[in-house]
Amino acid sequence: MKIGVFICHCGTNIEGTVDTAAVAEASREFPGVVFATDTMYACSEPGQDGIIEAIKEHRLDGVVVASCTPRMHEPTFRRTLERAGLNRYLFEMANIREHVSWVGKDREANTNKASDLVRMAAAKLLKNRPLFSKQFPVNKSVMVVGGGVAGIQAALDCANGGLKVVLVEKETTIGGKMAKLDKTFPTVDCSSCVLGPLMVDVAQHPNITLHAYSEIKEVNGYVGNFEIQIKKKASYVNWDLCTGCGLCIEKCPSRKATDFFNEKLATTKAINIPFPQAIPKKAKIDPEFCMKIQKDKCGVCAKVCPSEAIDFTQQDEIITENVGAVVAATGYDLFDWTVYGEYGGGKYPDVITSLQYERMLSASGPSEGHIKRPSDGKEPKNVVFIQCVGSRDKSVGRPYCSGFCCMYTAKQSILTKDHLPDSQSHVFYMDIRSPGKMYDEFTRRAMEEYGANYIRGRVSMIYPKGDKLVVRGADTLMGAQVEIDADLVVLAVGVESSVGATDLAKKLRISYDNYGFYMEGHPKLKPVETNTAGVYLAGACQGPKDIPASVAQGSAAASKVLGLFSQDMLASDPQVSVVDIKRCIGCGKCIQTCPFGAIKEIDFRGMKKAEVIETICQGCGICTATCPQGAVQLQHFTDNQILAEVNAVCRF
Amino acid sequence: MSDSLTYAYYPGCSGTGTSIEYDMSTRAVCAELGITLTEIPDWSCCGSTPAHTVDHTLSSALSARNLALVEKMNLDTAITPCPSCLTNLKTATHRMKKDGFRDKVNKLLDTPYQGGVATKSVLQIIVEDMGLKALKDKAVKPLKGLKVAAYYGCIMNRPPEVMNFDDPEHPMAMDNIMTALGATVLPFPLKVECCGASFGIPRKDIVMSLSGKLLDAAKDIGAEALVTACPLCQMNLDLRQDQVNSAAGTNHHIPVFYYTQLIGLALGLSEKELGIDKLCVDPRKVINAIGRDETS
Repeated sequence: MKIGVFICHCGTNIEGTVDTAAVAEASREFPGVVFATDTMYACSEPGQDGIIEAIKEHRLDGVVVASCTPRMHEPTFRRTLERAGLNRYLFEMANIREHVSWVGKDREANTNKASDLVRMAAAKLLKNRPLFSKQFPVNKSVMVVGGGVAGIQAALDCANGGLKVVLVEKETTIGGKMAKLDKTFPTVDCSSCVLGPLMVDVAQHPNITLHAYSEIKEVNGYVGNFEIQIKKKASYVNWDLCTGCGLCIEKCPSRKATDFFNEKLATTKAINIPFPQAIPKKAKIDPEFCMKIQKDKCGVCAKVCPSEAIDFTQQDEIITENVGAVVAATGYDLFDWTVYGEYGGGKYPDVITSLQYERMLSASGPSEGHIKRPSDGKEPKNVVFIQCVGSRDKSVGRPYCSGFCCMYTAKQSILTKDHLPDSQSHVFYMDIRSPGKMYDEFTRRAMEEYGANYIRGRVSMIYPKGDKLVVRGADTLMGAQVEIDADLVVLAVGVESSVGATDLAKKLRISYDNYGFYMEGHPKLKPVETNTAGVYLAGACQGPKDIPASVAQGSAAASKVLGLFSQDMLASDPQVSVVDIKRCIGCGKCIQTCPFGAIKEIDFRGMKKAEVIETICQGCGICTATCPQGAVQLQHFTDNQILAEVNAVCRF
Repeated sequence: MSDSLTYAYYPGCSGTGTSIEYDMSTRAVCAELGITLTEIPDWSCCGSTPAHTVDHTLSSALSARNLALVEKMNLDTAITPCPSCLTNLKTATHRMKKDGFRDKVNKLLDTPYQGGVATKSVLQIIVEDMGLKALKDKAVKPLKGLKVAAYYGCIMNRPPEVMNFDDPEHPMAMDNIMTALGATVLPFPLKVECCGASFGIPRKDIVMSLSGKLLDAAKDIGAEALVTACPLCQMNLDLRQDQVNSAAGTNHHIPVFYYTQLIGLALGLSEKELGIDKLCVDPRKVINAIGRDETS
């Protein structure tokens, strides 16, 4: 094999701490290498053209590029080889940027390490064989997980593009966090008026199947052909019969059920529909509070239901949906602020979260839009807002900015003045972060037109004094302590990844960061893709995000799915395991270890043998490492290829 | 932690003077509870506030000298009633984990200290090593009917990474002890607020306002007495209560006990050995009311 080696400068990224010319010089001595050069930017158009020219001129059959991580540009260079008429797998990449130049400063040591990495790549390339993809058909339907505004947008865009959509929502209604909001910034228009029509569209769209009160149980398959098991949780109401008339709710005597939709500001009935505009508008029984389910007494709802929909014996049901792609849009949850002892740690009823305040402001909320203190129902006069509660605070393990709290706090201070003209809002802030169209103007308006008193500083303590709460903090601009006697304190709680987000990530085989937010394929260039083919992201599951950004991502994810499904056939990845039938002794160890169930037992002339199901194999290599006979080999990462690299690096 | 509850005891300077009743009651209560206190021979001042505000090395050396003495005693834990001493001992230990700093400190000492002595407050060992149940079982005269607010002061639990005991914002150790002994503990919102500390000397007005706030808050929640664990807090609230009253025009009359004195009373020890007579605000009325049936 004739190998050509290209050492990339990557501007000064690599050249700054690696002598690329010396690496190219050293490469010429490696077995099989007939051509080596350094190049300014291997991935640029002239860089790629240079590789193609060299392949033609020197009749190369294999190429090593030493540059950045293969995650960045391996597909780029593989396409380059194809344009030059070579098989794309006769290419190896040595990562001398992330693994060398970016992590060390010693030019000489870096140069030596870079040479070693190129030596390994060239040694492996000598053992590489051309591989060819197979074509397989695509199931042109998509599952959207999460029915918040991002999921709704993704589902509608996909459905309008002609795809069949399965929307899975874990609550009994879609709408997500946005359904709980009273108004949206910076226009102060009604949140449910904006979202409501979209929710109705979802319900009425012929292409959308909605599974509410359901969760993803298991995900099998691969891009184009996922098989997903969904657990439809028992609601104790037959939703095919329920009309959402609400008669059962009216008559239910159990009034103490936790009202999660109203952020626990109120209680609800044991049988309930979260809010009037719910989609689907179906009742569910909370078994914890239902006297029939707990003690076999009552059953009033069943008696009054005109459509006989109540079913106390209902069980969870598992259904299977087959789709070609998945959009994860699982949203966010709020930081548990009670770790802040200085804010009372949850002991004071008049210290509430911003989302609770939002429910309080909402006309469909528990106080019908009247601002009332939870403790005594009085109208507050002095309302103190504290920003960055569980954001930008290392001490509680939340160093990141939640992004939209500055804006919703400004909005809430404006609404407070609207609702209670005699009131005064005080906002303790660290910085005001309002980069967005008309955002900064909005926060200015809160101060200038609505008279919100913005105080730059943190709050050190809240303590009760009579029926007031004393809020003590610093005003860092004045260089003084401030004490405000507040009637109500609203904490702008930060954003966390959804409860259960990490479990779902494991099922979908996608990565997540330290905080449970899903990792995008590339922070700049692949914001809604993941590193798992066929799985896309939208909304706050990827990181804190406001409504416009979530909607934009919902549409972006949909466009990716539509792009994927514009092909009738997809090319399979040939980097999968194969079984050497002669070596296989049928022990079945590979079948046990495969995490994807990609290996099955077959009968071969009366003997047990293993066989890999190519489309399910993800190329992880666990079977290869397990097989006592070395009969299972992962193509492009065979034992011989890996050992060639090891021998190249351990040559002394 | 030893089963026998034997500790090296560091009284601290105030224990020999301004807070002698704290030292007396601590020793009496520990003896009654079967906790053996061996006073550190030739112990010296921990440096208090002045040392660490001037020089960290010197301040740590003052503490490390005492800890080195504990090492010689072959005891693994030193305990002190005073949170200020405890902070100095703990901070010295914390800082001396750094090699360079430890060498600088040990240069100043005749006997170098290598670390290895645990430091705790008397409060911590009563709660953790002794346990509330054992304490409750030994209480012969429960503090029934006593409405008390527990005041911890600012440094008993803070900074949490150094002090490593209880909650930095809402400590409960004294609350739990008092509850176990039958007292009614009121939720005191300012339990870790500063009393003004040593500002009583350069800026009395600061102590007047801060301690005044504490007394006001105690009165607001209906506390008949305050219970403290810090000599300086106790002094500002008790000895200076009259000054606070005249500065703020209030008329507080709230006795300020050391928690050890109240434990002692519950254990049936005499007022004399607990140094009750050393308190400035007369606690007679409150003590007499203990145990009477509260019907109001």
